[in-house]
Amino acid sequence: MFGPEQGHFALALACVLALVQFAVPLWGASRRDARLVGLAPYLAVSQLIALGYSFLCLVMCAVSDDFSVQNVAANSAVSKPLLYKITGVWGNHEGSVLLWTLILAACGGAVSLFGRNLPDILRGRVLAILGGVSAGFQMFCLLTSDPFERVFPAPMDGQGMNPLLQDPGLAFHPPILYTGYVGFAVPFAFAVAALIEGRVDAAWGRWVRPWAVAAWCFLTCGIALGSWWSYYVLGWGGYWFWDPVENASLIPWLTGTALVHSAIVVEKREGLKIWTVLLAIATFSFSLSGTFLVRSGILNSVHAFANDPARGVFILALLAIVIGGSLALFAWRAPSLTSTGLFSPISREGSLVLNNILLCSICAVVVTGTMYPPFMQLLAGRTISVGKPFFDAATIPLTLPLLLAMGVGTALPWKRAQLARTFSHLYAAAGIAAIGVVLCFWRLSGIMPIACGALAIWVIAASASDVLRRIGIGHTSPRGVWERMKNLPRSSWGAALAHIGAGITVLGLCGMSQAQHAIVEIHIGETRSLGGDDWTLLDVHDYIGPNYKAMQADLAIRHNGKLVTILHPEKRDFTTQSQTTTEVAIHTNFITDLYGVIGDRHGTGKDTTYVLRLHRNPLAPWMWLGGLVMAIGGAFSLSDRRMRIGAPKRAAARNMARA
Amino acid sequence: MTRKTRRLWIVIACLACVGSAAALTLRAFSSNIVFFMAPSQVKASPPSPDRPIRLGGMVMAGSLHRINENGTPVNAFQVTDGQAAVEVHYTGILPDLFREGQSVVALGTVQKNGGFTASEVLAKHDETYMPKEVADELKRTGKWDPRFGKAPDASSWDTMTAKKAGG
Repeated sequence: MFGPEQGHFALALACVLALVQFAVPLWGASRRDARLVGLAPYLAVSQLIALGYSFLCLVMCAVSDDFSVQNVAANSAVSKPLLYKITGVWGNHEGSVLLWTLILAACGGAVSLFGRNLPDILRGRVLAILGGVSAGFQMFCLLTSDPFERVFPAPMDGQGMNPLLQDPGLAFHPPILYTGYVGFAVPFAFAVAALIEGRVDAAWGRWVRPWAVAAWCFLTCGIALGSWWSYYVLGWGGYWFWDPVENASLIPWLTGTALVHSAIVVEKREGLKIWTVLLAIATFSFSLSGTFLVRSGILNSVHAFANDPARGVFILALLAIVIGGSLALFAWRAPSLTSTGLFSPISREGSLVLNNILLCSICAVVVTGTMYPPFMQLLAGRTISVGKPFFDAATIPLTLPLLLAMGVGTALPWKRAQLARTFSHLYAAAGIAAIGVVLCFWRLSGIMPIACGALAIWVIAASASDVLRRIGIGHTSPRGVWERMKNLPRSSWGAALAHIGAGITVLGLCGMSQAQHAIVEIHIGETRSLGGDDWTLLDVHDYIGPNYKAMQADLAIRHNGKLVTILHPEKRDFTTQSQTTTEVAIHTNFITDLYGVIGDRHGTGKDTTYVLRLHRNPLAPWMWLGGLVMAIGGAFSLSDRRMRIGAPKRAAARNMARA
Repeated sequence: MTRKTRRLWIVIACLACVGSAAALTLRAFSSNIVFFMAPSQVKASPPSPDRPIRLGGMVMAGSLHRINENGTPVNAFQVTDGQAAVEVHYTGILPDLFREGQSVVALGTVQKNGGFTASEVLAKHDETYMPKEVADELKRTGKWDPRFGKAPDASSWDTMTAKKAGG
């Protein structure tokens, strides 16, 4: 029932359905044949069902330990816990491509389901584009990386999974991140459909924005989760490595953030149309190249081609068709789109334009830093690398004006603004920011952390004061405030929350720039002090876990003689995989993280010493907390009824009926 | 505000931002690019002590020992590419995957005495994989030709047989 052959067949069926979903509605739309166009949602849903079945088959193979399937044999083992048997399905190349296309099909299903108020032709075209992309990647899956391939003879047990990856954080990181990546396929499809149609209007902006916001929320969560995982599992004390895989997720996030903002201008003012269409195309293109070029290691090592040339050539061809095709269409059709909304540089539109320019500049810097080393390697044969110093030096100065504008932007009116009047609303926020400057000078060191920290406080204060002003705090009765609170659109609440979240994240980053650490080698009973705390190694003992041997330390932390906590960092030795992992111990009070790692044991008897790494990370949890607040802000504005497709139409119909 | 003036404003803003982004990138590149070097290259033309580099090669078997400098443990080991070896000093906990006789990449600076002080040691690989830079260096020096199978075991290298054979 759920065997690998059935799964393989369902995948092939889904691929054929996706091809039909691509061809028929496009053909129908060009002939203005409503019946052919109307087939699109049915095709999209059946493709989703077929693909879902196929994915379920792969999960069943993994759960039932069917080691005759190559993919399961290579990545699973009988002794693996059930949760990781399931999540291990997307922990490898083949399975993750299948998950990727499944999410893409789910996006198509969501457009068919929630897009009933879209004009038929537009919906048909959007689904056709989604189907086309889907078909390409399903073909890639079928032809070059088949997850259902059998192996003969079947091994008795699988090779198991890297113990580093057996972690709940990492288990759910890929699906969330992929949903973010793939979600941007929907704005992309809308952009291409609009180019085919040759028309972009306020309604288009209103339809696109919820999809972009939803994808953005997932991507934000995915990035935050990935960074958190690297912080508490890898045990190196940091949170972001600026490595190509991480940058691959940051780049679409930057353009996606720009897209979420520029779509507002299309919706409200019918401006920036061409730019928004280009951003939608760029964001999905970056998502695609991020997942497939960087993650597959093709760019990192030219040798990946040598290992499997078919895979590399196929994926490059696919990327060339999707990205090149959409850009060519853009070049051909974009000049026919014209903007109508006029605005002065100092206005809401103006600030959104500035936001877009700055975000895209930062994105360009990150792209350059990520792509330059592999290209140097290819062209000049010189191996170089760029790391944190480069990205810090190049991106932070561009972030400062962005933060400054974030505070002002939401207070500006549309079209044209008087600076003096706008600033009169921001006196309170500016006052708080001034206190923030003093606070930053007191607690932080270094020009950039102080500037960023003060601006982050400014962003939080300005966003909060903007909402408070709108609900009339201070000049309306409590009853009036309540009324205004109810009437303030949820998207305004969402925007304020998202901006506050960004401020919290930046504060966390500033705090982390002041992190202290010490590497010590001490006997049991010895004490070392770090940043005002005394760390005492009480005891170290060995114990045997389910499939590993562990060495666990009891590490007491005292502040002014008062016990704060006892940490238990571990070092685990997985004998079957001959691999060691470090289990970090973290104590957090949401202001400061105390982070302990145990290293090697040296010497014997009374002379035994242990190497310990101690970290004191101020405001570390704020980085991920801010990400979460940003995503909640996005979700909040998604729940705005104005964002729901067709809501105004339904409301109008209701009013008509009432009259 | 006419269409023309608005366009002018946008163009000015774009130029300002993209220009400063380009300037920042170039400035950051000129001071922060880290070159990869093999031990023999370091011996042949040592980079200046204020310039960080990435040093890659195999950890010579039997070379790892610890020095205690005022309570901080310093790991000392030799990194070789089969032609020359460089002494590396690293304060900190070596990564879980660090092994003698396996490949390693260290980030740090070359000291005046020819030694290497690492601020970061990477061994992000499993038993069968070696960092690409190390593989390239092996091929360049003729120690390994991928056409004839897997990379040679580190113990078969001329400079690394000293202690490995003895166990």
